[in-house]
Amino acid sequence: MNINATIIGQMLTFVVFVWFCMKFIWPPLISVLAERTKKIADGLSAADRAERDLELAQEKAMDQLKEAKQQAAEIIDQAHKRSSQLVDEAKDQAREEGDRLLKAAQAEIEQEFNRAREELRSQVAKIAVAGAEKVLGSSVDAKAHSALLNKLAAEL
Amino acid sequence: MATDAALTTKGYITHHLTNLTFGQHPDGSWGFAHSAQEAGEMGFWAFNVDTLGFSVLLGVIFSLLFWGAARKATSDVPSGMQNFVEWVVEFVDDSVNDIFHSRNALIAPLALTIFIWIFLMNLMDLVPVDLIPHTAQLAGIHFLKVVPTTDPNATLGMALGVFLLILYYSIKIKGLGGFLGELTLHPFGKWMLPFNLFLEGVNLISKPVSLGLRLFGNLYAGEMIFILIALMYSGGLVVGLFGGVLQWAWAVFHILIILLQAFIFMVLTIVYLSMAHESSH
Repeated sequence: MNINATIIGQMLTFVVFVWFCMKFIWPPLISVLAERTKKIADGLSAADRAERDLELAQEKAMDQLKEAKQQAAEIIDQAHKRSSQLVDEAKDQAREEGDRLLKAAQAEIEQEFNRAREELRSQVAKIAVAGAEKVLGSSVDAKAHSALLNKLAAEL
Repeated sequence: MATDAALTTKGYITHHLTNLTFGQHPDGSWGFAHSAQEAGEMGFWAFNVDTLGFSVLLGVIFSLLFWGAARKATSDVPSGMQNFVEWVVEFVDDSVNDIFHSRNALIAPLALTIFIWIFLMNLMDLVPVDLIPHTAQLAGIHFLKVVPTTDPNATLGMALGVFLLILYYSIKIKGLGGFLGELTLHPFGKWMLPFNLFLEGVNLISKPVSLGLRLFGNLYAGEMIFILIALMYSGGLVVGLFGGVLQWAWAVFHILIILLQAFIFMVLTIVYLSMAHESSH
């Protein structure tokens, strides 16, 4: 337990180990720690950002969904409107066509009727002339009595 | 346990507290001292081979362990050794940042070296007192103190290293004039210069002395108690068993002491160097 040169040896040893630690041990370790701190901080902020992004994306998706629903409703509405319109149009057309057909038929009937009457009239004139000839026993001068005949035919 | 002579209590204790000293005998020849008295007669120029050997060995273990971790360290997920080393480094770094407010790249590595090295040297105290010395005795080595910090040379050597750093930084930061002024002009002004010098001188000198002797005293006392407990093993079965229990209890308690003493040495070093960096007056 004497103080001897060991004290000097110990001091030199101490210096060597401290130098070694300062040169080769401390700097890499402390830089690794700092690096990891930065990494973790970056990771945390990235997570925050991602969360915010997700929220935004969800909001956007919701908006789009709402818009799409609205559009779909509009389209369906329009389709309904269009279909009823089509039905109405078809009804109108059908009615018009019916009217047209009816009128055509009536016109034809009238025409037939008129023609038949004309024919009848001319026949009646002949018959009348023939009847009169028979009654009078002579021929009737068609020319002389044509005015009378025509008047008669017109009355028929 | 001494092989020669009778196994006396006094002999046993003395034997355990004697360093393996290498130096020049009074008759001029160089060699190991064969007793504490011979070691004393060698004067200053003798070396405690066991103290130096174990402290260098432990220092190398510390360096390699931490160097290996530092070389392979990545900022990815740490594992195993790197985890432990980073934990220690962070602890030391926090301690330094709490106390030391100037910028100096030396302080933190210095603190780490002190903390781990002293802890490892103290840790040798938990090796059963007879284990290594007795093994060495079989190899022909008479004296062996395995705990370097129970040798005042070791603790005072480190304290002296810290003291030189205190002087260096005091002069570097404050200038020679500023440092001398701090030593002589406070606390009582320039008319009480000798008295100031005495006060501040004691203040300055007490730093390395308290640093070294505190560590030495604690570890020496702890080792002494281990030796005394080890004496009980020769007292029969019952006393021996009681001694075993005592040794276990003291070892558990001692874990706290060796950590604490390493921590105190580190913190005081930081504090002293912090004081050297800032003018206190």
